[in-house]
Order: sequence, then structure tokens, then C-alpha cells
Amino acid sequence: MLNNYRPDLNSFLIWLVAILVAVLPIMMLWEIARDGLPHLTLSFLLDEPSNAGRSGGIFPMLVSTFWILGVCLLAVIPIGLGCALYLSECIQAENPIARWVGLSLDVLSGVPSIVFGLFGYAIFALHLGLGFSIVSGGLSLACMVLPLFIRTTEHALRSSPPAYRQAAEALNLSFLGFVARILIPSASRGIAVALIISIGRALAETAVLIFTAGYVTRMPSSLSDSGRALSVHIYDLSMNVSGGQNNAAATALVLVIFIILINIFAHRMSRRWQT
Amino acid sequence: MFKYMRQSNEIEQIFTTINTSAISISIKNVDVRYNNVAVIEGVNLDVPAGQVTALVGPSGCGKSSLLTCINRMTDTVAHCQVSGEILVGSDNILHTKTDLGILRRKVGMVFQQPNPFPLSIFENIRFPLKEHGMRDEKSISEIVETVLTQVGLWDEVKDRLKTNALQLSGGQQQRLCIARCLALKPEVILFDEPCSALDPVSSTTVEKLIKGLTPDYTVLMVTHNLAQARRIADHVAVCWMQSGAGCIIESGDTESIFERSIHPITQAFCKGDQG
Repeated sequence: MLNNYRPDLNSFLIWLVAILVAVLPIMMLWEIARDGLPHLTLSFLLDEPSNAGRSGGIFPMLVSTFWILGVCLLAVIPIGLGCALYLSECIQAENPIARWVGLSLDVLSGVPSIVFGLFGYAIFALHLGLGFSIVSGGLSLACMVLPLFIRTTEHALRSSPPAYRQAAEALNLSFLGFVARILIPSASRGIAVALIISIGRALAETAVLIFTAGYVTRMPSSLSDSGRALSVHIYDLSMNVSGGQNNAAATALVLVIFIILINIFAHRMSRRWQT
Repeated sequence: MFKYMRQSNEIEQIFTTINTSAISISIKNVDVRYNNVAVIEGVNLDVPAGQVTALVGPSGCGKSSLLTCINRMTDTVAHCQVSGEILVGSDNILHTKTDLGILRRKVGMVFQQPNPFPLSIFENIRFPLKEHGMRDEKSISEIVETVLTQVGLWDEVKDRLKTNALQLSGGQQQRLCIARCLALKPEVILFDEPCSALDPVSSTTVEKLIKGLTPDYTVLMVTHNLAQARRIADHVAVCWMQSGAGCIIESGDTESIFERSIHPITQAFCKGDQG
């Protein structure tokens, strides 16, 4: 076997794979930018859509997306952080409750998003009477994103050095004091990553929102009003509206730029937190 | 409100008065079990007040486990049971009603690996003081200066108290940890191989510092380094594995253990023939 070892071919294959991985996002960005950039103007961002979205802008969708994301994060951050802290700090890994919660999270993170959409529709829209609304959409998205956020945050908290816990125990620091001043700042980079992944997943989600937040293109007047998210707009323009491809690409470009900006912001925040 | 203020004043009095009350420790017939397997069995040891006592012995004979019983850090280890009696002053700290907050303020601990928090040098000392109820910033600043001077770090760091403590050298970090421990005005300080992660120069500094803590503090120190025990300890206790569990085979003042030990294992261990 060793005689057949060809370092040049091996390194060529490894380089090829690495370059392919690096090229893939560039190709995607290129594709979106090529079709979308000419249509991405200030009026596109600030105008209402017209002609079923073929022309006009995406302002109501931007507003709806921010509201839906806001509701989603308001639910996800406290519940997710609390659950991750409980799993990493308050309970032994072999405890039956921890195992059961862990198993539930793993199962939930594998559930298709359409199921969360139907669940959200049944619980939030119908049972709780919230109807097709931004609140229904945001809460349904939160259900979908929570398992991912909890697991990623839990790993970030667990990777915080055990020496900090040891010192905190020996100095008899309060649990809240330790968590707020030492643990969360020291795991902030991992928590920021968890947040970015969760936001990315939430922003990209379509199936959940069609069933819960609705897809009307008008400007939402309140949180109980329905609204169309950017991802739903992209889906609708590219699948249901002939001639809507260019505006779909421009909307996708806005979404990508938004996610990149969130990445940069979260990275800076975590760096500031750690110092 | 008044109750709180009175408590706060009492707390500040505790931290600002000079500690003059080193207390003795008496360990009586202590067993430590992990998952019902004994790691320490029938240990008896008297640690005199205001002196340095070294626990020496080969790896795995339960020295560190014994040390962590004294500030009940064993409570944080799953399936660990401690039985017997440990008198710190006149209180049996193994009693279930022992207030861990008071115990861990009374019995400080310094670990093998320096474990400063990822905060500034100043905050590393201020944060535990605040956690223990100290509110007056002027007194806090005075304590910070006093303890940093006591560990010989003040002149090195007085101009950069806001620097992250993790940027200090290993030896400086360890001295900061000792200062953090001293800030809480303990009566006993436990050292778990405090120099084993340090270079020889830093080790010498820390050794001198430990020796200088007497007679104000009672020091119990675990060390692998016999020469170190001989240099700084007033008393030495030799731990050994017998029938699968650790025990103390001989203890006494340093000179008698190294020059006139009775137990053949101690004689061989001190000569370097065994262990």
C-alpha cells in the first residue's frame, strides 16, 4: 500500500476539496449578485411592492422580517440560555432529566420545519387565537430554532475552563454572580455563534412562516397583524410569480448582506465582552 | 433595609480588620469514598495553628482529596461521600448544617494551576469581595492594594490594574490567586501543589510567600516535592496507599520526619528510595 502512496496526488485532492468548499459560497454570492445587484437600489429597500412583487420594493417585508425575528429572539434567548445553563451547570449529564431533555432536543432539531409550521399554526394561530400574525410566526420560529440554540450554547458553556468553576466554588461565589460575570462572558464567543446560527436559520426559514405569519405583502400595522418575511417573498417571487426572478435575487442579496452584518456585529460584541 | 446595612457594616469590619486568629484543624478518622470505593480510609491528622503543614506522598494516595474535604469542595464531586470528623477551630465542618459560605471564607484554597478569572487584575479581587457583601469601593481599593502588596505583586502591576489577569505570567497569576484568597480574610489556606505548574524562579517566590503567611494563617499544603516540603513546612504528614486506600502513615515536625522517622516507608520515601 505504502508503495502506492503518491503525496502529490493526495495533496492535489485535498487542495481541490478545500478550494471547492471555499468557492461554493463565492459562486452563490456571484449568482445572486449578478441578477440582484442591478435592482438593489435605495428605493427598492424603501418602497412597497407592486405588480405582485415584480416591481416596487421590499420595505414591508423588511419590517415584517425584523418584527418576526425580534419576537423569535425574545423567546429564544431567555429560554434557550436558561435551558443551556440548566443542562451545563445545574444537572449531572447522567441524570434522567438531563438525558430526557437532551434526547428531546436532538429529536426536535431533526424535525422538518414544515412540521413546526403546522404545530405553530395549530397551537399559536388556532388554539391560542393569535391567527396569522407576526407573533405566531415569531413564536413558531422560536420553537424550531430553540433546540439548535440550546445545544450550541450548552457546548459553549461546557467548553468554559473548569478552573473557573473550581475557583468560584472555593471562593463561594453566588451562582448568578458566577454565571453573569465569569461564565457567560468567557463563553460569549460560542454563545454569539449559537445566536448567529439561530438567526441564520430563522431568516432562511420559509415553511414555518407561510403557515403562521402569513404572506400578505402589506405593511404590518402591529404584532398581531400578518406579514411576509423576506424568505417567503423570495420563495413566492421565484416559484409563483413569473418575471419575479430579478427582484427575488435582489431580495436574496439583501438577506445575505443582513446575515453578514449580523456576523460582523456578533463577532465584535463577543470580542468586546471578553476583554 | 437597616438589617442589610448592619450586615454590610459587619462584613466590612470582617474584611478590614487584620486577621490575627489562625486556627487549628483536627482531622479524625476521615474516610472518603467515590462511588462507594474508599480512596482515603481512617485518616487522623492535627494541623497546628499558624504553621505550615505539608502533605507529601506519591500520586494517587488521596492527598488532594483529603485537602478538598477541609473546605467541602468534595460536595461538588458527584458520588463522593466523606465521613468522620474535621474540626476547623471548634466546628465540625462535615456537619450537614455547616454554612459553606462561612466555611469557604474561613478556609481559602489555592489550586495547582493558577486560575484567575478572565477579568482585570483589580476585578479579580474586587469581584469576590463584592460577592461576599462588601460595598464600600474605597475599602475595596485598600484591600486590593494590601493583598497585592502582601503577595509582592503590587509594584509589578500597580500601573496596569485594568489589564486582563490572563496576560500575567504563570507565577504572577498564582500570586494573584493567593492575593484573591487573602482578600477574603481566611484563617486557613489550603494549597494544592501550588508550585508544580510554575518555573523554578516563580516557585521560589511563591514558596517564600507561603512561608511568610505564618503565623497569621494556618497553611496546609499538598506537595510532591520533598525538598520543597523540607524548605517551607513546619510539619510534614506522609500519605501512602495501604490496602487500596490512602492513609497517613506518619506525621510530625519536619526535622523529625526527615531525620528520625520511625516508619520504614517514611524512611525510604524521604531518602528517595520509594515513591
